[in-house]
Amino acid sequence: MSALAPALPGIADPRALQRSLGRAERVRKLRAFALTLPLLVFLMLTFLVPIAALLKRAIENPEVANALPRTVSALERWNRRDPPPDEAYAAVLADLGALPESADAGALARRLNSEVPGARSLVMNAYKALPLEGVASPGQAKARLTALDERWADLKYWQAIAKNGSRWTGDYLLASVDLKRDAQGTIERMAPDQRVFGRILVRTFEISMIVTAWCLLLGYPLAYWLSTLPARQANILMIVVLVPFWTSILVRVAAWIVLLQSAGLVNRALIATGVIDHPLALLFNRTGVIIAMTHILLPFMILPLYSVMKGIPPSYLRAAVSLGSTPLAAFFRVYVPQTYPGIGAGALLVFILSIGYYVTPALLGGADDQMLSYYIAQYTNVNVNWGMASALGALLLAATLVLYAFYRRITKSEVSLG
Amino acid sequence: MKKILLAAALVAGAALPALAQQLTVVNFGGANANAQKKAFYEPFEKSGVKVVPVEYNGEQAKIKAMVETKKITWDVVEVESPDVARGCDEGLFEKLDYSKIGAKGDFLPAAVSDCGIGIFVWSTVMAYDGDKLKTAPTTWADFWDTKKIPGKRAMRKGARYNLEFALMADGVKPADVYKVLATKDGADRAFKRLTELKPSIQWWEAGAQPPQFLVAGDVVMATAYNGRIDAANREGKNLKITWTGGIYDLDYWTITKGTPNKDAALKFIAFASTPDAQAEYAKNIAYGPTNKNALAKLDAKTLANLPTAPANAKDALQFNLKFWADQGEELEKRFASWAAQ
Repeated sequence: MSALAPALPGIADPRALQRSLGRAERVRKLRAFALTLPLLVFLMLTFLVPIAALLKRAIENPEVANALPRTVSALERWNRRDPPPDEAYAAVLADLGALPESADAGALARRLNSEVPGARSLVMNAYKALPLEGVASPGQAKARLTALDERWADLKYWQAIAKNGSRWTGDYLLASVDLKRDAQGTIERMAPDQRVFGRILVRTFEISMIVTAWCLLLGYPLAYWLSTLPARQANILMIVVLVPFWTSILVRVAAWIVLLQSAGLVNRALIATGVIDHPLALLFNRTGVIIAMTHILLPFMILPLYSVMKGIPPSYLRAAVSLGSTPLAAFFRVYVPQTYPGIGAGALLVFILSIGYYVTPALLGGADDQMLSYYIAQYTNVNVNWGMASALGALLLAATLVLYAFYRRITKSEVSLG
Repeated sequence: MKKILLAAALVAGAALPALAQQLTVVNFGGANANAQKKAFYEPFEKSGVKVVPVEYNGEQAKIKAMVETKKITWDVVEVESPDVARGCDEGLFEKLDYSKIGAKGDFLPAAVSDCGIGIFVWSTVMAYDGDKLKTAPTTWADFWDTKKIPGKRAMRKGARYNLEFALMADGVKPADVYKVLATKDGADRAFKRLTELKPSIQWWEAGAQPPQFLVAGDVVMATAYNGRIDAANREGKNLKITWTGGIYDLDYWTITKGTPNKDAALKFIAFASTPDAQAEYAKNIAYGPTNKNALAKLDAKTLANLPTAPANAKDALQFNLKFWADQGEELEKRFASWAAQ
């Protein structure tokens, strides 16, 4: 306002007024922006930068280019069908001999091994045998290397080196959708027994959708009931809903094991009441995963539903009934449509949280109930193949974004998760 | 109350400099961690170095991240055999100075490697509940025979060990298992055998699970780590082990590359490798000592439960870490694909 004050007397020049208004607006915007700046920086550092780093890891391929520069250039004009030139053998010896640390040989061995199983021992044996005495010509280099390990005559290892000569590769991303480049660089499908991530991605979404549906089915009546209660009782019950939040996820998983195992409470109760003769298999299969995940994620469905339902005046329902609607029709045609924002927010929240689930399926599921994050963890921790882990992470991210875009298309509205 | 807390804080603060030398030792947790505490950590602390135990689940990613960022908080790490060789190649571990540890000849040949020294020998074996199962399974073919012994079997989620067991069930001699598995036909044969058993398999993820499954009666037989079975029996259970066709392997001590406490780490490893410490460890959990001189310090009853006992090791198979270092990634992927079918 203070910026306006000098322009007020006279109002002779409307453009001056406009300018000063504009200036005031800019200052206001800048100030607002400055206020959000810490949050933006925080988001950048904790959210965008790690995602960018992950995406970079998924296409980074420095190992071969760093460790075997001479070999890569010796293989440049090789047609990848005939035996490689003798110079390539000499170049491998020269490259391995020039590596500053054994860690570089290890990184190379790991990279090639994830491409061609067996390359690890091939590379490390050659590296450890260095220096080879009396290698004067490329022909001798070939003879010595193949004498050391006859697999050096095998084309597939050379093809892997030639293929990975560049610093960037789409191979990890291709592998994450069960594709690969063959020796000549044409993209083809993986061998049937190596095709796996497509099915795992479908399985991940399938489990997430079932869990979301169950959460909605169980959460909706509960949230409705809570919203009709007086504030005091509703608050107490809300605390009960939230208690699981304060318990460690592992504790809850262990509790489910105790309840659901074949001699567990649920099975014993069912047998005692004569409902079943044999204990049901409720654990270490899909059923167990879905039960536990639904339980863990239920509060994320109830909270947004409750907050939306709280804002719907009960008089609407009464009005509908007084105008001649049956109570059930009034509920589904008047009440439910008003809760769509809550359903949308709750379903999206539960769905997005569940596609990243890892511990629960790992402990309560069988070998074919594992979700994509289980394999991301396996590549990160067990195989230490971070390129593949990042590519799977990128796949999960992309699939989620596509699904979110699709969701926005059909709901045609911005979902507020607040 | 506040005063007491304050006083306690002051005392703790004053006591800290005296314990300045700290050593973080990372282990696999569970019964193994308790045995290590009694046999290694507590006696070693008398030398004035405080041992801070940390539990992990074998994630090499953490060690790799520490070495890459040069922020080493884990000094000594217990590592499984495939990771020792790989981590050594990739520069995650310090090379060990055996002159400060002991004579190489005192240890089992498999225990001595550049970056790691064997802590103990453990075995993945077939186990069952002696109270529930009257006819003892004696071979892997029995484990596969769902007509003879009906019921579920618990197996580790993954390809490792299971492919070997499948081949032995198919009649392959332990000595030939890895030769057969290395061929395409051999791998196909193992997966085919696994497919037959698939409807009866209940998968486990953590080593503590198979004894629980057996005790709860969820499964009739399980593949399990022998030490976990022993730990359950110490709590009064009657679980039995069939040693035939078990796969034995070693866990190793390693020193994380670039740790500031390298000297203390070496001292700790040297201490934990002495016959006395090793014998004490074997008394607390049924894992075999790697120091051959420790055997003389154990009684016959303890010895009979160890994977290294001659009767138990007779028909056992040594885990081939070279094979799994080369083929592991592809076979695990194939396993995931197989499981999804």
